[in-house]
Amino acid sequence: MDRKTIILGVIGADVHAVGNQILNYAFMDAGFRVVNLGVMVSQEEFIEAAIESAADAIVVSSLYGHGELDCQGFRDKCDEAGLKGILLYVGGNIVVGKQPFAQVEERFRQMGFDRVFGPGTSPEEGIHALKEDLGVT
Amino acid sequence: MRQVLLIDFGSTYTKLTAVNLDAPGVLAHAQTRTTADSDLSIGLNEGLALLEAQAGPFRFEARLACSSAAGGLNMVASGLVPNLTAKAAKLAAFGAGAKVIRTYAYQLTREDAEEIAGIRPDILLLTGGTDGGNSEVIIHNARRVSGIPSNFPVIVAGNRSAREKCADILMKSTHPVFCADNVMPEMNRLVIEPVQRVIRQVFLERIISAKGLSETQALLDGILMPTPSAVLEGLKLLAGGSNKHAGIGDLVAVDLGGATTDVYSIADGFPTGANTVLRGLIEPRVKRTVEGDIGMRFGARGVLEAAGSEAFTRLTGLPEEAVTRVIAGYSARPEALPANEEEEKVDFALAVLAIRTALGRHAGTLEKVYTPVGPMYQQTGKDLSGARRLVVTGGALIYAGNLKDIVREALMRADPLVLTPRDAIISCDRGYILSAMGLLSGYDQDAALELLLGAFGKEEENAAC
Ligand code: B12
Repeated sequence: MDRKTIILGVIGADVHAVGNQILNYAFMDAGFRVVNLGVMVSQEEFIEAAIESAADAIVVSSLYGHGELDCQGFRDKCDEAGLKGILLYVGGNIVVGKQPFAQVEERFRQMGFDRVFGPGTSPEEGIHALKEDLGVT
Repeated sequence: MRQVLLIDFGSTYTKLTAVNLDAPGVLAHAQTRTTADSDLSIGLNEGLALLEAQAGPFRFEARLACSSAAGGLNMVASGLVPNLTAKAAKLAAFGAGAKVIRTYAYQLTREDAEEIAGIRPDILLLTGGTDGGNSEVIIHNARRVSGIPSNFPVIVAGNRSAREKCADILMKSTHPVFCADNVMPEMNRLVIEPVQRVIRQVFLERIISAKGLSETQALLDGILMPTPSAVLEGLKLLAGGSNKHAGIGDLVAVDLGGATTDVYSIADGFPTGANTVLRGLIEPRVKRTVEGDIGMRFGARGVLEAAGSEAFTRLTGLPEEAVTRVIAGYSARPEALPANEEEEKVDFALAVLAIRTALGRHAGTLEKVYTPVGPMYQQTGKDLSGARRLVVTGGALIYAGNLKDIVREALMRADPLVLTPRDAIISCDRGYILSAMGLLSGYDQDAALELLLGAFGKEEENAAC
């Protein structure tokens, strides 16, 4: 009952499927109930899935460089849909090329993401953060 | 000779079909008026006399019936997210042969509850939440429904973690409560057969007698299902076949009525294109939808609204004013037959556009997404573009002249992003074989399949069209 539910998916028109599968297994292994939406997931799909599943967190991946556009307004839509305060993570290669990560992180935080992970972040780091934020021991 | 009688109590007509099971064949077919307002058996006896006169005397070993008399099976569906459990609930109810008067999403408000009280559905289906997911909304809705001063049965088929709680709440109300497995136990996965079995059971045990249709039971072995379920059973058998005989494979059917139009598909409809990914709810292989605003008479105005007057003027060659006038006349006089050339043209266009609209709403759609590696397609719903067979049926067909021309025209100018059948073999059922064989399939599947294959099994369009 107290298993935490997370929604997982790759946002936008992004088809990079490998990392998504790895995260899916890693999160399940770590004891989470994972609702994996796969690749090419719209903001609306993340949100609808979170409502029906009473999710505790939404974990967004973006690998192809258009993450900033795809994530625009995500938090606002969550608020609008009644998912107030739901934990929002984003990770992968979320922007084009190599930009200073601190700036990238700041921009995504401004958009309402609780945590932002740069290229090459391991699934374990994500799991550690989730456990901390959701109070899983 | 083993004989069985199959009866369809329709809203207007009662159709009787006598079949021989030994050498499967139709012995006689008759049609009379439905007498639901007084006693169904009056019309039934009239029909029996007509049958006897054709090929009697009969000694039926079974008399099986389906019914859409006295308004059919009316349901209200409620779910959480419109695209997810609310849609799942609607699809489940349609597939069980119901008319879905209204579908609600999210929390039911006091106004919603008042509206439902006014609708007085035969059954209310309560869903919401994946298993282990949201339970707050369905519990809130169970409370709302429990406050509706009425005694329609409620079927709870949502998040299993909330099932007991919902049942407890409703048990204390005036509503009989039934439970079934969640219609969407996990994201995008539909499980609708269990709830459909419960709907069927409630229909058999309660709705038939509540509608005063049960007095006829002495003459019958029972009204087994709503008519659309019988049609669906017939189509399923025709498509899938039995252990002994193959069916004809995936198919789509349209039942064009005066007020509404039903569409059925028996097909997985998964994406076929290499650059296409499936989005959202995975729809059932056996799917039925009802377009409540699309029909040849009461529904004529709805066709005009959906298709637009330009489509009508193009098909008829008539000025807009003439089209509107004829359609207004048809909406007012549901029994009207075309009386002149103008009306014939409008009838043709109505049938074409009703079929095109209803198929378009039933079928899935494609959306083109531009990605850095070129265009990709996202498919929502079922891809029926490859369906090899389209069966057209329905009372309204008698109006509409050359059926093949109509259907071909309807399929032709389809929107490329709407996944309707493109090039199907057209068959037609003038209104009784499918439902009759659907009824028979539960009694003697082999005979039913043989008769269906006789009517639709050939690789060419059947003569009845
Ligand atoms: C394979 C591949 C493809 C395949 C994808 C096949 C498929 N269906 O999966 C194809 C050929 C289709 C492809 C296409 C494109 N690709 Co590509 N692709 C790659 C490649 C080589 C490997 C990706 C991969 O599978 N990695 C292995 C997995 C395990 O790692 P991962 O995806 O990074 O995921 C891990 C982590 O990022 C992290 N993670 C991910 N999300 C999150 C979220 C959180 C919260 C956390 C904590 C962690 C986390 O955990 C994951 C598991 O360990 C990478 C380069 C690279 N070496 O990474 C480029 C790369 C991702 N692609 C790139 C690009 C640009 C494209 C294209 C736009 C154009 C192109 N040049 O082909 C298109 C886009 C198509 C589209 N619409 O999405 C760029 C992205 C650049 C950027 N962001 O600035 C990369 C980085 C190559 C590069 N250096 O230029 N690609």
